This record gives sequence, C-alpha cells and structure tokens, in this order.
Amino acid sequence: MVSFEADTPEINDAIDTGAFGAFLRQLCKNRLGTLGGVLVVLIAAIAVLAPLIVTHDPIQIMVGPRLAAPSLDFLLGTDQLGRDTFSRVIMGGRIPLLVAFASLGGALAVGVVLGLIAGFGPRWLDNLLLLIFDTIRSFPSIIFALAIIALLGPSLVNIILVIAITCMPGYARVARTQAQALQSSEYIAAERSMGAGTTRILAVHVLPNVIGPLVILVSMDVPAVIATSAGLSFLGMGVRPPTPDWGAILNDGYSYINQTPWIVIAGGIPIILATLGFTFLGEALRDMFDPKLRKDL
Amino acid sequence: MSALLRVEDLRVRFRTMGPLKALATGTNAPFLDAVCGVSFEISKGETLALVGESGSGKSTIARTIIGLQRALSGSISFDGQEIEELTGAERKPYLRRMAMMFQDPIGSLSPRLTVRSLLTEPFRIHGLKERDAGVEAARLLRLVGLPADFARRYPHQLSGGQARRVGIARALALEPDLIIADEPTAGLDVSVQGEVLNLLARLQDELGMAILIITHNLNVVRHMTDRMAIMYLGRFIELGSTEHIFDQPRHPYTEALLAANPEPDPDAVFNRIELKGEVPSPMRRPSGCEFHTRCRYAQDICSRVFPESSTSPDDPEHSFRCHFPLAREVISGFGRPHHTLVGTK
Amino acid sequence: MTHDDPTPPPSSSRPLLEICDLNLDFGTPRGRIHALRNVSLDVPAAQVVGIVGESGSGKSTLAYTVMGLLAENADVTAGSILFEGRDLLTMTAQGRRSLLGDRLSMIFQDPMTALNPVRTIESQMIDIQHHEQGSRSEKRARAVDMLHRVGIPDPKNRLGAYPHQFSGGMRQRVCIAMALLVKPALLVADEPTTALDATLEVQIIHLLKDLQKEIGCSILFVSHHLGAVAELCDRVAVMYAGEVVEQGAVRDIFRNPAHPYTRALLECDPGRIRKSTRTLPTIPGEVPSLLGAKVGCIFRTRCQHAFDRCVQENPVEYRIGVDQVARCHLLGQERLVSA
Repeated sequence: MVSFEADTPEINDAIDTGAFGAFLRQLCKNRLGTLGGVLVVLIAAIAVLAPLIVTHDPIQIMVGPRLAAPSLDFLLGTDQLGRDTFSRVIMGGRIPLLVAFASLGGALAVGVVLGLIAGFGPRWLDNLLLLIFDTIRSFPSIIFALAIIALLGPSLVNIILVIAITCMPGYARVARTQAQALQSSEYIAAERSMGAGTTRILAVHVLPNVIGPLVILVSMDVPAVIATSAGLSFLGMGVRPPTPDWGAILNDGYSYINQTPWIVIAGGIPIILATLGFTFLGEALRDMFDPKLRKDL
Repeated sequence: MSALLRVEDLRVRFRTMGPLKALATGTNAPFLDAVCGVSFEISKGETLALVGESGSGKSTIARTIIGLQRALSGSISFDGQEIEELTGAERKPYLRRMAMMFQDPIGSLSPRLTVRSLLTEPFRIHGLKERDAGVEAARLLRLVGLPADFARRYPHQLSGGQARRVGIARALALEPDLIIADEPTAGLDVSVQGEVLNLLARLQDELGMAILIITHNLNVVRHMTDRMAIMYLGRFIELGSTEHIFDQPRHPYTEALLAANPEPDPDAVFNRIELKGEVPSPMRRPSGCEFHTRCRYAQDICSRVFPESSTSPDDPEHSFRCHFPLAREVISGFGRPHHTLVGTK
Repeated sequence: MTHDDPTPPPSSSRPLLEICDLNLDFGTPRGRIHALRNVSLDVPAAQVVGIVGESGSGKSTLAYTVMGLLAENADVTAGSILFEGRDLLTMTAQGRRSLLGDRLSMIFQDPMTALNPVRTIESQMIDIQHHEQGSRSEKRARAVDMLHRVGIPDPKNRLGAYPHQFSGGMRQRVCIAMALLVKPALLVADEPTTALDATLEVQIIHLLKDLQKEIGCSILFVSHHLGAVAELCDRVAVMYAGEVVEQGAVRDIFRNPAHPYTRALLECDPGRIRKSTRTLPTIPGEVPSLLGAKVGCIFRTRCQHAFDRCVQENPVEYRIGVDQVARCHLLGQERLVSA
C-alpha cells in the first residue's frame, strides 16, 4: 500500500493540543463511543453519589405499601417488603461496579505483572506460567465461581476474588504476547545497549505499549462482570440480603412478576444500560487504538 | 598506540533447534556459527568498517560487543579490560563509554517517549540526576543540527533522516569513546545519506570518538573509515586500510562487492561483476575456501584447502584469506589470463 | 496547467503505455495530498523505462496507479493512462481485471508478501495462467520451463515447494517467473531489488535484462538506485515530490542532466565520487508537503538556482536535445516546446 510519511509543517498542531485533548476529540467523533462514555460516567457518578440521591432508606422495610406501583413518593414503586425500589436501584449499582472495578483492577494488575514476567523471563518460567493460565482458563468460569463460593461461602470478597482469578489469565496472555513481540524490537535492544536494567525496560518502555490494548479488553469485560455479579446474586450466591444489588432486585422481582413488573424492569434497565455503556466505550477505544485503523496521517 | 577495543578469536554460536528436536531428527550439531574466529582492534579516534551482506555476521559482532549476545569463546577487551564475561551492573560502566546506533532509525526509538526523554534516557539509566534534562536535550539537538522544538516530538513524527539524527544525538549523550553504528544509512535516501555521514564525520573530528561502522555499502565506507574488514559467512576474508583495499582488493569477493554499486553510467556496462549463486547457509559451510562456490577464479585447491590468512607484501596490515589473491592488473579490468581461463564462465 | 499540444512520441509508432497529464490525490483527514501532478510519461514497446526518485516522490504511486492497485482514498482528478490505445482509467473493472495477469503484470519490492505463503509455487504458477489455454500438465510444463529460465536450480522438484522454502533472491526469481509466465506486454517492477543484497541485485538486474530481450516486453522499472536504473533502462523519468521533473534517454539523463534536482541527485550517489572525501554532497532541506495547492516550481525550496519566476509559476516541459524534457525555468531561454 502506498503511504506518505508525516512531514514537517502539519504535525505541529498535533503536538500542541496534548495527548488527552486529542484523545477526547477522537472519541467524540465516534457517536456510539460518546454515548458509551456518557453512560459510563453517569452510572459511575450515580453510584458514587448514591446516598445523596436516594429518596428513602433502601434497606428499611415497610417505608410504604408492598408491591406498590410507581408514584411521586415511590418513583419506581416498592417491593414485596415495602422497600423503595428507586432507592434500592440507585444504591444497588454500587455493588456490581465495586465488584467490577475491584476484580478487574486486581486481574489487570496481576495479569500484567505475570504476563510481562512470562514474556521477558526465562523459557521455563514462561512455560510454567502459561500452564497455570491455561489451567484456570479451562474451567467454565461460572461453574468455577459457583464451586469456590459453595466452598468459601458467599461474600463480596469471595466474588471479587473469583472474578479476578478467572479474568487474570486472559490479560496475562495478552500482556505476554505483546511483551514478547516488543522484546525483539530494536528500541528495546537500544535501551539494553545503553545499560538499562530489565525492571526499567519493563516499566518505562514495555508497560506503556502493553497497557493500551489491555484497558480496552478490561472495559469490554466490565459488562460481563456486572452480569456475572448480578447472576450470582440472582442465584442467591452473591451479596446477602438486604444489601441492595441489581441482581438481587431482579431476583426479588421475578417472584412477583405476576403481581407487578416494575421491580424486574427497575432492576434490569440499569444492568442493560451499564452493559451497553461499557461495551460501546470499549469498542470505541478498540477502534481508536487498533494499529490497523490508526493510519491517521 | 594502545587499542581501545580488542576482539580476539571471537566465536558466536546460535542454536537452531531445541535439544529434543535435535535428538529426534538425529542432528548432532544443531548450531549455526554466526561468527567464526574473528580478531580485530580499534584504536582511539579510529573508524573501522565491517562490511558484508546479510547473514555475514557483522551485526552479530556488534551485538556481542555491546552485550546483547553472548560469545561462545574468544575475548573482547575494552581499554585493556576484559568485558565479554561481564553482565548487569558490572558491565554498566563500560556501556557508558560505548554507544550503539541501530539499523531502523525510527524503530530504535521508544515510541511513547518524546525526543527530549529519549535524549536524556542515558542520563537517567546511569543515574546522572544532577544534569538538567531540558538543557542537555537542547545541547544534543544543537549538536546534531535539529531545531530545539523537536524535543517535544514523538518518534513517529520524525522523518527517517531526523530520527537518525536523534539516534546519533542519543548515542553521543554520554560522550562515549566508541560508537557502534549498525547500517547508519539504512532506509535513508541518497540525498540524506550524505547528511548523516557528514554529521558523523564532523562529530568525530570534534569529539574524537572511535567508530565501528557496520554496512553492506562499500561506497559509504570509503569516505568515512580508516580501515575496513570484509566478512563472508562469519569470517574476515580481508582486512586492511580502506585506501589500500579500494585501491587494490585482494579477495575476489571484495572485488565483486566493490563493483556492485558502480557509478551510474549507462555506458559502463562491464563494471559489474556477477557472482554465481547465493551465499551458502552457515549450517552447510562449503569445504576448503568457503567462497569457492561463487568465485570466478576458483581452482581445484580452493575446494579442498582452507586458505590461511596471508598479508600483502607491501602492507603487512593488509590481510586476506585467498589462495589466489588478486593483483593490480585485474583491478584495471583486463589481464590475468591464467585466472580468467580457469574457473570462469 | 494543461497540455494542448503534448510532446510528440519519439518513435513514429504508438507507445505501448501513454500516461497523459495524470493527477492523483489522496484524501486524508488533514486534507488532500496531491501525490501525482501533471505526470506525462510514455513507455514505448519493447523498452525499459526507469522511474527514479526518493521516498515520497510518487514513483510507487505511479506504478500502482497503472496497475489499478491504489488504496481506497486515492482519487484520480485528471489525465489518462492509455495502454495499447485503451484508457485504463475509464475501463470497466472487469475489462481491467482481464488485462492484469495477461497483458500487464507486476513484481513487488518484497517477494514474500507477493506470494501466498500457504500454497505451493506450483499451484500459484498454474493459477496465474488462468487466461491461457491448455491442460494442467501443459501449464505445469510451462512453469517448470520458466523457473529454469529465471535460474532456479532443479525446477521440477522445487515446484512443489512453499515460498518460505526459498531464499530471498530465489523468491524474487520465482516472482519474476510468475510475472513473465503470462508473456505480458508490460511488466511493472516496483523496487524489485531493494530488499536484496548488492551481489544478488546484480543477478536480478541481469536476469530482467536478458528476459526482457528474449520476451520482447516493456518494463516500467521503479527504483531509487541510480546504478541499477543506468544499467537496465533505455529511458528514465526522474520524479520529485509527485512530479516528473525530467525525462529522456538514459544516456542523456546520466550524461547531461538538465534539471537541478537530477544533477543534485546524481552528485549525491557515493558511487560517482571517485576521490575519498570527508564531506559528501547532499541536497539540503526537506521534500515539501504535498498537502494543499502548490504554485511555482516544486523543487525551488531546495534549489540553489531558484529565482523569482520559480516562486510565481509552474515550469512547463522544456525540450533539451532530441529526446529529453525537463521542467525548469532555467531552461526558459531555450526553445519552448509546450504551453
């Protein structure tokens, strides 16, 4: 393919605006990406500011009648215990998002470190780590999660742990592949020839080039984790009642779907919105960082 | 004059297959000798060129000197100190005194770093925190003739020639005694090639460092270097002063290489010498003189006896490995009937 | 600037390929890049025409345009490419496809990317003859014969090999064999020797020259290597920043270059400098950006002889001698040929 090298005069403006400004401008060009970004920011803000938004105490029983339809007082009606569904939905986002960020953050941190070690380390270590990654990945994740929780008992920490363990090998593998490709690159050889140690090379020269694709992967995994967390709650293996949680709300709602559909709707819509938001954002990020699509002159 | 860098009987071996596969396929030597007993010296302020085609082992020598590749045997000493055995922190002080420029001008610059960070990376690596990064970057950019605002650019925003200048500036950051330049003109246009070579020459005159140039282009070598070595299959087949070798190449391979980039003249049709075939694989080295399969002067003895190194009668510094070294008449284009009759097609 | 009266072709018969006043833009997010401007070039039958230039000169773009292999953002804004009298640019996609691999074929800089890595040489060489008559065994025999002619030892046994089983030089020979198997009228060669070592380059140049004489085809040879062009070509076009600044017979161009850029380029070639020197000649400055409209001579920013007129108007083609034209105002004193 015929291409042109960037030449002198035009690139100055690209330098001046700074990387983050350029990033935001590019993201805005992608409509779905913008929508995803707005949704994600909104959901995160609501979760953080939840105590200020709720109209009632989300765990207090019988603040109103049971299974009431939406009204001005109870915006999304009440559940079978007379709790305010709106307040529960607002507060219920905190758990899935906490689970998602804690587990994926942990998985990312551990995965990158192990992946870089595998990619840059000796051959035997690489093989050993790969064996571990593949062993973990060979378990169906939901069965694995059920087994661990059945063993250790349902708790927030255990859920986070289980999700972190199941997601980690995927990130580690991506980090390893990228690191291996970079290890043979000339600029890494150039750094070595200047006397740079392996730690410095990994931190300064490899990590920044590995982290981009991983962040995209993570943001696309967030919906899956929210769904898993909701699913575990739905199966009664998540957080214990009466803690509000989208999955738990959904679970409660199902039992009373014949009497009132509001609870299921109220619990389901935020899950859908969060899933869509993170998926759109992740796809937009992927399109932006995909080296094949990065042919912007 | 004492040698700054002395390489003695250097051998570098690559494994071509795993031990299990070698056992399974019955290969008793799953190795490839990329460098085969090479010895040379570089004095302070001198320029030596290693010339050869791809696979001749010239880049491997450079990588072994800088420590990116381990040697099988032999010695590399820098300023009288044996450095081949050293690794990590022990080697670091020596890496401060030598710098290597890699082939790909843009690809050898860390892509997420600005030019300013790239240029001051050597200071950070060697813990020279007292230097002001901005001042040093500006000084180095001025040294290689780039505007100061280039400090904010990223590697992909540079042209090939500009990136090469940044590479030179980085190599010079710690004022090394030796610069190893691997194909300094690779990927550059002819009009830019000259600029880069002129810059290197000027900086050498000013700063007095020694340069080891690795290249396949003999014409680049002629204007830049004091001495040159021609490599074939991991060995030196000719070594001597650049002037003498250009004036009178002794090895037929050198002769063919010299003719491979002639002056662009449509009437000079006979000035290229076509070598038969291709460079043999270093895993299946020809017997005797390893060049005999492609040599137009090859005779019976060449396929049987490995030629020892001999020196030119009028210049003891000029050595070569050939049973039938060329004499002056051949260079002028005609003559040497007893050679052209035998073994040519 | 248009040619109402284009330069008459050097020979009486019609050239095989006539590129006439070709203009081509690349649409990019930052604007249109005028990659080819007013390019006119003829390839006479049974001749080798070289295109020399540095990176970004548009020489490869020109070759790709002839083959119709440009990226989607390419846009021909004016001009025509007549091949055997038919305009390649207005032809239907199908008509064009039937020419490729039959009357027109191409060899690339990197032979590995031009060959399908998961198929044998045999199947690829038989496939390429899909325009030809004959049974599979006849086609195979032709493939063996061609491999033999490009100097592949033991072609019968090598036919079943995969591309990665050949060395770089051998791979380029296979590509040449494939390109010539269909007996094209025109072979477009885009930097076919750049990826090869110097001693292999000599071999490939000699091979192309011999086969061209034997088959009688024309070659459009794109290269940055002046020595290779001097050795192989009959005619040369020198490109700079998307324009053909000078063209003519190879001897005239190399012996008597008229355009300052051609002269500077020839001076830069280290092969021409006989005396050892510490300072090599260079062309100071950089290739100008091709973004946006340009007025004046494209080389003026790096030209030592630039004067007022070079800033104000585009130079037209001035004729020097019998068969050499150059776009330079310095030649304005001489006889005007076009415009």
